[in-house]
Amino acid sequence: MSAAIHADGASSGVVSGRHLVAGELDVSHGVVLYLEDIAVSFDGFKALNGLSLSIDSGELRCIIGPNGAGKTTLMDVVTGRTRPDAGSCYFGQTIDLMKMSEADIAHAGIGRKFQKPTIFENHTAFENLELALKADKRVRSTLFARLGSAERDRIAQTLERIRLAGQADRQAGLLSHGQKQWLEIGMLLVQEPKLLLLDEPVAGMSDEETERTAELFLGLAGSHSLVVVEHDMAFIESIARKVTVLHEGSVLAEGPLAQVQADPRVIEVYLGR
Amino acid sequence: MTRLYGARGWAALGVLAAILFVVFPALSLGVPAGSPFHLSQYWVTLIGKIMCYAVVAIAMDLVWGYSGILSLGHGLFFALGGYALGMYLMRQIGRQGQYQSELPDFMVFLDWKELPWHWWNTDQFWWAALLAVLVPGLLAFAFGYFAFRSRVKGVYFSIITQALTFAAMLLFFRNNTGFGGNNGFTDFKRILGYGITEPETRMALFAATGAVLIGTLLVARWIVTSRFGRVLEAIRDAETRVAFCGYNTLHYKLFVFTLSAVICGIAGALYVPQVGIINPGEMSPANSIEIAIWVAVGGRGTLVGAIAGAGLVNFAKSLFTVWFPEYWLYFLGLLFILVTLFLPRGIVGLARGTRTGAA
Repeated sequence: MSAAIHADGASSGVVSGRHLVAGELDVSHGVVLYLEDIAVSFDGFKALNGLSLSIDSGELRCIIGPNGAGKTTLMDVVTGRTRPDAGSCYFGQTIDLMKMSEADIAHAGIGRKFQKPTIFENHTAFENLELALKADKRVRSTLFARLGSAERDRIAQTLERIRLAGQADRQAGLLSHGQKQWLEIGMLLVQEPKLLLLDEPVAGMSDEETERTAELFLGLAGSHSLVVVEHDMAFIESIARKVTVLHEGSVLAEGPLAQVQADPRVIEVYLGR
Repeated sequence: MTRLYGARGWAALGVLAAILFVVFPALSLGVPAGSPFHLSQYWVTLIGKIMCYAVVAIAMDLVWGYSGILSLGHGLFFALGGYALGMYLMRQIGRQGQYQSELPDFMVFLDWKELPWHWWNTDQFWWAALLAVLVPGLLAFAFGYFAFRSRVKGVYFSIITQALTFAAMLLFFRNNTGFGGNNGFTDFKRILGYGITEPETRMALFAATGAVLIGTLLVARWIVTSRFGRVLEAIRDAETRVAFCGYNTLHYKLFVFTLSAVICGIAGALYVPQVGIINPGEMSPANSIEIAIWVAVGGRGTLVGAIAGAGLVNFAKSLFTVWFPEYWLYFLGLLFILVTLFLPRGIVGLARGTRTGAA
């Protein structure tokens, strides 16, 4: 699978995204996402508790942890859906995510895939990608928007890549579960994000689909940064370079998969006493 | 242009335009009153009134059918447009009222000596027409901004829109508000200097309503077939995903809600000179619910269905209120339940379903 997207440096002249915050994404220090001392509580339950995490530019990071460890809340914080009670959250060196809306964060270059595939079920697969496509997304431009041939090509290319080329005009709600997962990943890709947050991307996929997803993610890493939350250990094994284990809202262990799996604290959390 | 409708759609619109602008005026004005082909004032008024409702139904379909925002306060925007033009119609009465005063009768009755401030310039048609658009628009914009910003959704939004129209009704019932209290405005004499009961004036209003109906349909169709329209439907189906795609959903919802209110205001302004009365009853919560029923009966998210629903329900209403007036509301409630249970996609859904079923 050839990477259709160039490395950041090569395409920075072509990308003309509209940033609502001053300054482009600055990853000059090699860090694309930086979280420090994040705390989130819901009615006294500490979903995140002093969580600190940093993701390097181009990294593919897997996050694991038992249920309720705070994995999804972590994604909610990064994408602006949940405001933390304390802590700081930076995208690159300069972009403070704590002050931005979900839409602004998406514009800045963070794409998110939900745990349950979230696509527009009444639109066709093609239209789903059209809506996600990187473009001026203000009301007036959307009223008068027309699909250019470059955009059509880009959608066709992505449909090819997520193996839905034959289903372009099919209503998305009629796709299989695995195909919906792929469509949602495709929607992320056409947004051209710098950082992708993927919550259980292979849930409900067949073995073959899972394998293809692993290939796709490995192809994206390097030009993109990826954070993958998964329970499927076989899948993690096939893509993981570095794994972070969350437990009770903070980082329990971090490192290569084999090392993390051998960590007695991790074993205790997963197996219990 | 081909994007909006196919050849058959345009042909149907052409036929509709011919009926509204040629056949009906000819039958009403050209055929003598004794002839069986004569279109009486009763029918001109009834059809004109129903066309106003159809315009409201299209506006409702934009926010409910396409954007998933069930507003149960659209009757308010309609009534505000009506009141705005009603002020002008009251001023046009001039000294021909009961009390032969420059002031509208109800003000004389209240012993007011001069017009309240909000009646300023209402003797000018252009100003009243502007108010009919601006007042509902600004109210919807302000209300929508706070509601959508606070992410008020679903049934909660419906309930507060009901409260909004109810509060406005109570406000307009007060004599001191300066809109004629529970009697509202009536006994209009002239519009733009023409006698309001003259057949020619009636027909002009009828034709203007027809033009607005067709124009509204085309604008709405243009909106829902644009990418903007697809974003609206996406907001209806998965708002969070839309936000994560980088769309500010607040702006989208606010735009369509405000536009919808403006359309209702225009419809209200056309309604009042035709039916000859506007009172706070138009703001009653039940009126706004009825608008939603028209759209549900016709078929949500189809535009044409909204027109069909408004037409059908209101023709039924005009028959029922003659035959068994006391049962109308029961019938309306029953209709809503039956449509919800058996025709979730309304009449249009039924028509499309059988067509694809036969093919």
